Amino acid sequence: MNIHEYQAKELFKKHQIPIPDGGVAFNVDSAVSIAEALHDLPVIVKAQIHAGGRGKAGGVKLAKNLSEVKKFAKEMLGMTLITNQTGPKGKCVNKILIESGVNIDKELYFSILPDRASARIVLMASLAGGMDIEAVADETPEKIVKVYVEPLSGIQGFQLRQLAFGLELPSALMRQFSTMVRNLYELFVMNDCSLVEINPLIITKETRLMAIDAKINFDDNALFRQKEIVEFRDVDEEDPLEVEASKYQLNYIKMDGNIGNMVNGAGLAMATMDIIKQAGAEPANFLDVGGGANAEQVENAFRIMLSDQNVKGILINIFGGILRCDVLATGVVEASKKVGLSLPVVIRMEGTNVEAGRKILEDSGLNLMTATDLVDAAQKVAQMAQA
Amino acid sequence: MSIFVDKNTRVLVQGITGKEGSFHARQCIAYGTKVVAGVTPNKGGQKMDDVPVFNTVALAVKETGANCSLIFVPAAFCADAIMESADAGVDLIVAITEGIPVLDMMKAKQYIQNYPVRLIGPNCPGIITPGETKIGIMPGNIHKAGGPIGVVSRSGTLTYEVVHQLTQNGLGQTTCIGIGGDPVNGTNFIDVLEAFQDDNKTQGVVMVGEIGGNAEEMACDYIKQHMTKPVIGFIAGLTAPPGRRMGHAGAIVSGSSGTAQAKIQAMKDADVHVCENLGKLGEMAKQIFQ
Repeated sequence: MNIHEYQAKELFKKHQIPIPDGGVAFNVDSAVSIAEALHDLPVIVKAQIHAGGRGKAGGVKLAKNLSEVKKFAKEMLGMTLITNQTGPKGKCVNKILIESGVNIDKELYFSILPDRASARIVLMASLAGGMDIEAVADETPEKIVKVYVEPLSGIQGFQLRQLAFGLELPSALMRQFSTMVRNLYELFVMNDCSLVEINPLIITKETRLMAIDAKINFDDNALFRQKEIVEFRDVDEEDPLEVEASKYQLNYIKMDGNIGNMVNGAGLAMATMDIIKQAGAEPANFLDVGGGANAEQVENAFRIMLSDQNVKGILINIFGGILRCDVLATGVVEASKKVGLSLPVVIRMEGTNVEAGRKILEDSGLNLMTATDLVDAAQKVAQMAQA
Repeated sequence: MSIFVDKNTRVLVQGITGKEGSFHARQCIAYGTKVVAGVTPNKGGQKMDDVPVFNTVALAVKETGANCSLIFVPAAFCADAIMESADAGVDLIVAITEGIPVLDMMKAKQYIQNYPVRLIGPNCPGIITPGETKIGIMPGNIHKAGGPIGVVSRSGTLTYEVVHQLTQNGLGQTTCIGIGGDPVNGTNFIDVLEAFQDDNKTQGVVMVGEIGGNAEEMACDYIKQHMTKPVIGFIAGLTAPPGRRMGHAGAIVSGSSGTAQAKIQAMKDADVHVCENLGKLGEMAKQIFQ
């Protein structure tokens, strides 16, 4: 789960991570009054969307006076911001963050994330702040210092020193830095984060550390025990079909193609999308129904897929173990009738009671083609796409 | 007898009295697995069919000599269940549960490193040595006993698809292992390949990977240096969009790393026979392994 910069900064504040003064505004008047209350110029106006690259795209502006704050707020609120991370359609800006400008002496990079290979938490720091960290990792990896924390032992003093010396911090900043990193680590662990990233983390001209930007993602598997974090969810930043699908516990991701697909199992679902592409079409979605392919779920899945105007055909690929193919087939037939399905559907089933399942589909009188195996399914998908 | 489990493995089921636990314990028993105990706190003294239930894993091990745990405990409590089993002295833990928080799994993995135990999973279908023992949720009847092919996969139903094609082409399986779809797991491709390389009944391996992480790449390094038996590889997720979690918590392309393309290339560089058309994997296997 992702959140906005302003929400990440709220969490930073809670954990005593230094951030610029400011607040989030949802309309122009509020933006101006927040700026007024800062008693300081310049003021930074930042578009709040779930994507980076805002600066280069005009989503971060420096206002020298209140009338500029008003002007930028008016321009930004409601605009569609297209950055190198939003995709071509961009994202609508509904909120802006108003902050005091800060005197920047140095820009650093800092992040915390789980390292899957070592099963530890990695803390990364770099002198190359304010840049694309992936590019830094590629071109000048020696500029990044990493320490790996054992989750049962926690962060150790020598690891803090490794980070601090790696950043060439003046000794005057060591204590501030240690405290900040300990607090960030605690934030990471207490809130089940999957990423905490500060880029840039700055040293001000007054020799203070401050987080100018803040990005926090959360482990979806842990949201059940992070009720306050769940409150930060912004469904406006998610695809409406995906939001709809999540209401039915359907694991659905919208894509841009023309063949919808419904599969049981994530690996098989990914492989099915790949098969669709190989057949010369494009997958319209990822959809894993897991073990829950009963009539109601199939109906919900059909409705979601049919709401996507690009879909001209559907492929169902189910390997039934516990799930019985005759139960699935009955579900598909019932759902098709209920939604008034008129698009062609190819169904490839395998596993328990497969013959009974195929018979149910054949006898249904609906436009449901059965595929005997994946090669056959691919051929039928190609036909659907060309039609 | 193949790798990690055989007809003598004595299984205890954690969560045996729950819906998933009881259903699958029965399926395993029907397959011939020696399910000797169940563990559900506060249900000690009860029975699930003929299987005695205990309050703790330690008690179950003491009373029945169980040496393998099969875990169906809900995600919120599963890391704890894993640690409990390691502490009780079992040799193998098979964690089926999906949805365990990553930080929990990191802690559990660190904890069990102090014990001589192997963890398979979590978020996996389990392990089966066809004809001998089924410790997991896979449909037994698609498998063919007697080998000579070992199967290792991050997936569930995609593995069944592969196994089904092997069986249809007359190729039996020695052992099939689902290592699971999570980013932090107990057993990885490299561990299983090592075991298959050392197993005299396994003459070839099918390896099923997907986007996310570098487990396949690490495995390919091993294959290049140590593997003498032929390996067929398949990678799911060529069409997965970057930055999205594709069902499995571990199936995510982060920045430029973990792509299907990179994994396929690593396999080609290691002389793994890459299957690019899933529907024809069985045919390919027949040609390569016979």
